[in-house]
This record gives sequence, C-alpha cells and structure tokens, in this order.
Amino acid sequence: MSELTSLSLAHARDGLAKKDFSAVELADAHLLAIEKARALNAFVLETPERALAMAKASDARIAAGKAGALEGIPLAIKDMFCTEGVRTSACSKILENFVPTYDSTVTSQLWRDGAVLLGKTNNDEFAMGSSNETSYCGTVTSPWRRKGSNVAITPGGSSGGSAAAVAAHLCLGATGTDTGGSIRQPAAFTGTVGIKPTYGRVSRWGIVAFASSLDQAGPFARTVRDSAILLRSMAGHDPKDTTCVDSPVPDYEKSLGKSVKGLRIGIPKEYRLDGMPAEIEKIWEQGRAWLTAAGAELVEVSLPHTKYALPAYYIVAPAEASSNLARYDGVRYGLRVPGRDITDMYEQTRAAGFGAEVRRRIMIGTYVLSAGYYDAYYLRAQQVRTLIKRDFEECFKAGVHAMLTPATPSAAFGVGEKGKADPVEMYLNDVFTVTVNMAGLPGIAVPAGLDSQGLPLGLQLIGRPFDEETLFSAAHVIEQAAGHFKAHPWW
Amino acid sequence: MSVDAATVRRIAHLARIAVAECEVEHLKDEINAMLAFVEQLQEVDVAGVEPMTSVTPMAMKKRHDTVTAGDDAEAVLSNAPATEDHYFLVPKVIE
Repeated sequence: MSELTSLSLAHARDGLAKKDFSAVELADAHLLAIEKARALNAFVLETPERALAMAKASDARIAAGKAGALEGIPLAIKDMFCTEGVRTSACSKILENFVPTYDSTVTSQLWRDGAVLLGKTNNDEFAMGSSNETSYCGTVTSPWRRKGSNVAITPGGSSGGSAAAVAAHLCLGATGTDTGGSIRQPAAFTGTVGIKPTYGRVSRWGIVAFASSLDQAGPFARTVRDSAILLRSMAGHDPKDTTCVDSPVPDYEKSLGKSVKGLRIGIPKEYRLDGMPAEIEKIWEQGRAWLTAAGAELVEVSLPHTKYALPAYYIVAPAEASSNLARYDGVRYGLRVPGRDITDMYEQTRAAGFGAEVRRRIMIGTYVLSAGYYDAYYLRAQQVRTLIKRDFEECFKAGVHAMLTPATPSAAFGVGEKGKADPVEMYLNDVFTVTVNMAGLPGIAVPAGLDSQGLPLGLQLIGRPFDEETLFSAAHVIEQAAGHFKAHPWW
Repeated sequence: MSVDAATVRRIAHLARIAVAECEVEHLKDEINAMLAFVEQLQEVDVAGVEPMTSVTPMAMKKRHDTVTAGDDAEAVLSNAPATEDHYFLVPKVIE
C-alpha cells in the first residue's frame, strides 16, 4: 500500500489543496492498487483512462483555484448507478452490454464536485443478496480473513464490491444502494462506515431500480468524516425524482465533534435475539458504554413489531421488484433471446437474462400481487409497515434522538456458507437493518471492534427522519472510542 | 398458504419467465419456504391500520408540464437489441 492510498478522503482533499501531490498521482496510486487486487473481484469494470482524464481536469481546476468539494478524489461506483458512456450492468446478464447515455443524479453530483471515477464495483445481481454471491460477475472476496485461515470471507452484500474496495484501500470512498441493509451490512462486515440516508434525502434517478419505496443511495468510506463529506455531495433535491425532498443539505462534516451530551439514545429491547452470538451482545454493550461515557443518556425502548419487519419486507420488496423488473423485455435495451413469438421471446429472454435469486423474487412478487392474493399478502404487509414506522415514531415522540443496535446478527461468514438449502437463512442477515428501510429512516453502520476470529463487527445508529447529523455526531463518538480497523493485505 | 406445481407454472407465465418442467418442483419448494416465512404476518392485528403508501410525509413536488428532453432517437435506441429506421424491432405480433 502506497502512502497515497493510506490517506483518508479528508486528508487527501487537504493534501490536494496544498498541492502536496496531484490528482493524477492520487488516481495513479489507486489504479495500481486496483490492478494488484483483482483477486478480490471488487471491480467489474476498471476505467483507468477516464480516471486519468478526470484527474487531469481536476489538477487544472485546482491550479485555477476552482476546486470543487471532492476535487480530484478517486471513487468507486456501484454498478447499480448509471454512468454515461460506461457500462452499467447491475451485475446481471440481462444488462451485460448496457451503456447508459446519461449519468445518475448521484454520480453527476459527484462529478460536479470534482470526483474521479476509478471504475464500477461488483454487487449482488440487481442488488438482491447479502453476500455478493448472486452477482453474474462472480462473488467478491473480502480483504478480511479469519485469524490463521485463508478461507474466503464474504464482504456482505449487496454492495460487496464497494465495501471491499474501500476496506482494501482501492479507492477513497464508494457509492452503495441500500434496500434492506445493502450498505450497512457490508460496511459492518468490512470494518467500513456506511450510511443509508432518510428515504428521499438522495435522488434515485438513474439508479437501477430494485424496490422503489425502500431504495436509497449512500456512501461507503473508511471514516465517519469521509462519509459525511461524501453524503453532502450525493444528497439534495432533484426534480427528476418526485420522492426526493426539496430541503437544504446540511454541511454534515460540521456534525463531527459535536457533543452527544444530553442525547437520548434508545436501546430497542426487541433487538436482543435468541441465540445471538455473545460477541454481538458484547459489542453492543461496549457501544452503550462509550455513548454513556460521552454524556448520552441511554434508555431502553420497545419496537414491538420488529420481528415482522423481515417477513413484511419479503413481500413488499419482491412485489416492487417484480413491477420494476418488468421493463427487461428484450425490446428497448439489454439481452434478447429469440422465441417462437413475442411472448416466447419475453419468457426466453427473462429466463436466460435473470439469475436464480432474481427469478425467484420476481415470481414471489408476481404471486403476492396477483388477483386473489393481493389483500392477504401485499396489503397486509403495507399495514404492518405502518405499524413498524409507528413504533419508531412513538419512541421519537417520547424524546429519543437516535437508537443504537448491532448492525448485523453475526460477523462475516465464509463464501458459500449460507443460504444454500434455505434462502431465508441468508435473508436473516438483514434482521437489524431492514426495519430502517421499512420506516424510511436514516441508519449508519460504524466499525466497533473485532471478534475473536479477527473479523470486524459494526454497530448501527438509527435516526429521526432527516436527522443524519445526529448519526454522524454519535457515530464519530463511537469511532473515536473504538479506533480504526484495517485488513492486512494478502492479495 | 402454499402453491402447487400448476400455480408455479401460472406465476412463471404471469412473470414472463420461461420455466423448464424440471425446475418446477424446486421452485415450488423455494416459493413455499418463503410463503411459510411470511405466514407469521397473519398473527398481526391490522384492523383499522392504514396501509403505507408513502414512507416520508411530504407533498409530491410536481414539475412544470414542459418538454425537458427528447428528439434524440439515436440515444434512445442505442442499447436496443434490434432497430430499424429509428424504431424498435419486435417479432410479428399480429395473429
């Protein structure tokens, strides 16, 4: 690892401003790191030429005194974000050769602020998965390994490539999308910081749609400060997404160092699961102690409908996915497999273009929306969703500012270890994160320690709607107490 | 609730996904495992609860009804598998 890839985003920003090094040098160092780390399969497309051209333009703007907030900062972009002229496949065969003619709002804002595109990162196909194993481009291997073992560990998913790239110092930050935990779970598994903002904080325009009422984009970074810097550029009103709110974006970096004295942090008792590993309970207790020591007031709270969030999610998300993915018909873009007639062409195209997990979810979604089953499944799930949100609202009304929970029910598992016999086993990974999507709230995963096998464990803070600032303040307190965790390069 | 093989075939057709006969049994088991998992929602008392339609309480902001893009057939068609004279080509659909 070179000196330039060991910098935090904030330090790189300051170094560029002081002209200690150039954006081209910074991009070069990361491109070299990416090349050496191909064994991780974190990137599905490297864009070195574009990176160097963008870095050169950044250097010119820095020289002219016209630097943006992310000028010259090399980033990795999850393959769910459309990037103009750069293949965007959602890691699906059906979009294998799709080259967007436009950028997503999020990426266009990153480029507006001067960021540099290093490449596109791997993810579960259409972001449906928790281990990156459903990707058409192959699974991602985490830069982390268990102590004394060379068994391949999953970086989590669906944003596995982004998480691995950030943890392995292949980029200074990356984008992710989070529908049920796809930013926070991989962040927790790789010792990185990941935030899913409030629904509506970030535009969804130009992001490959999975479940539109749950999807939100957010950043991955190695520090809380870096994630605050990135979110500021990603967030903001977009007339092209009617669910994106029109309210000013705060300077999130200013939340860091703000005292948590007097903050009431809720500890939801329903998050204490039967059979939860003792190490998860211990790290949660550690987090409570850190926040208490920093002056926060911890209160036990109850979110009685917690256990229904995951089953309700597995109705709502597939239902929305089945509707969103109806667009892949082999006509306007993507794969086409010829058939006897047009219906057969649709059916052959979709059978060949979608992987097993995506096909299964589309079929479940189709079933729960079909005549005669809509009320029993979909309508009921949306009612349960109202109850889940109400649980949170009542706690916030009672004066709770944020909640602290474990980010995941276990540390990262080995590639191929889970979900083979029963898909539900894999789905249980999202048990602590999915409630947040169902209620549209912001949630941040912050590294808190290592387990006895040397794998990272994360804590999650859940905030009030549009109060990402409190999450950054409290996450920073945890980060300062816990320190940083780094994977030792083996690749 | 659970599905049988005929229902699996019907769902597959509704979803426009070709399913080989040898996949039906396996898919049936997977779908039934999912349906068994979500079955617990039946025990929740949802009487009088409004189904969620919008997760964020906000008035949807509407833009002016004006032309903002268009007249770029090349870009629209650039990823299409089959085109001719600025049209998408599909197999014959007239019976």
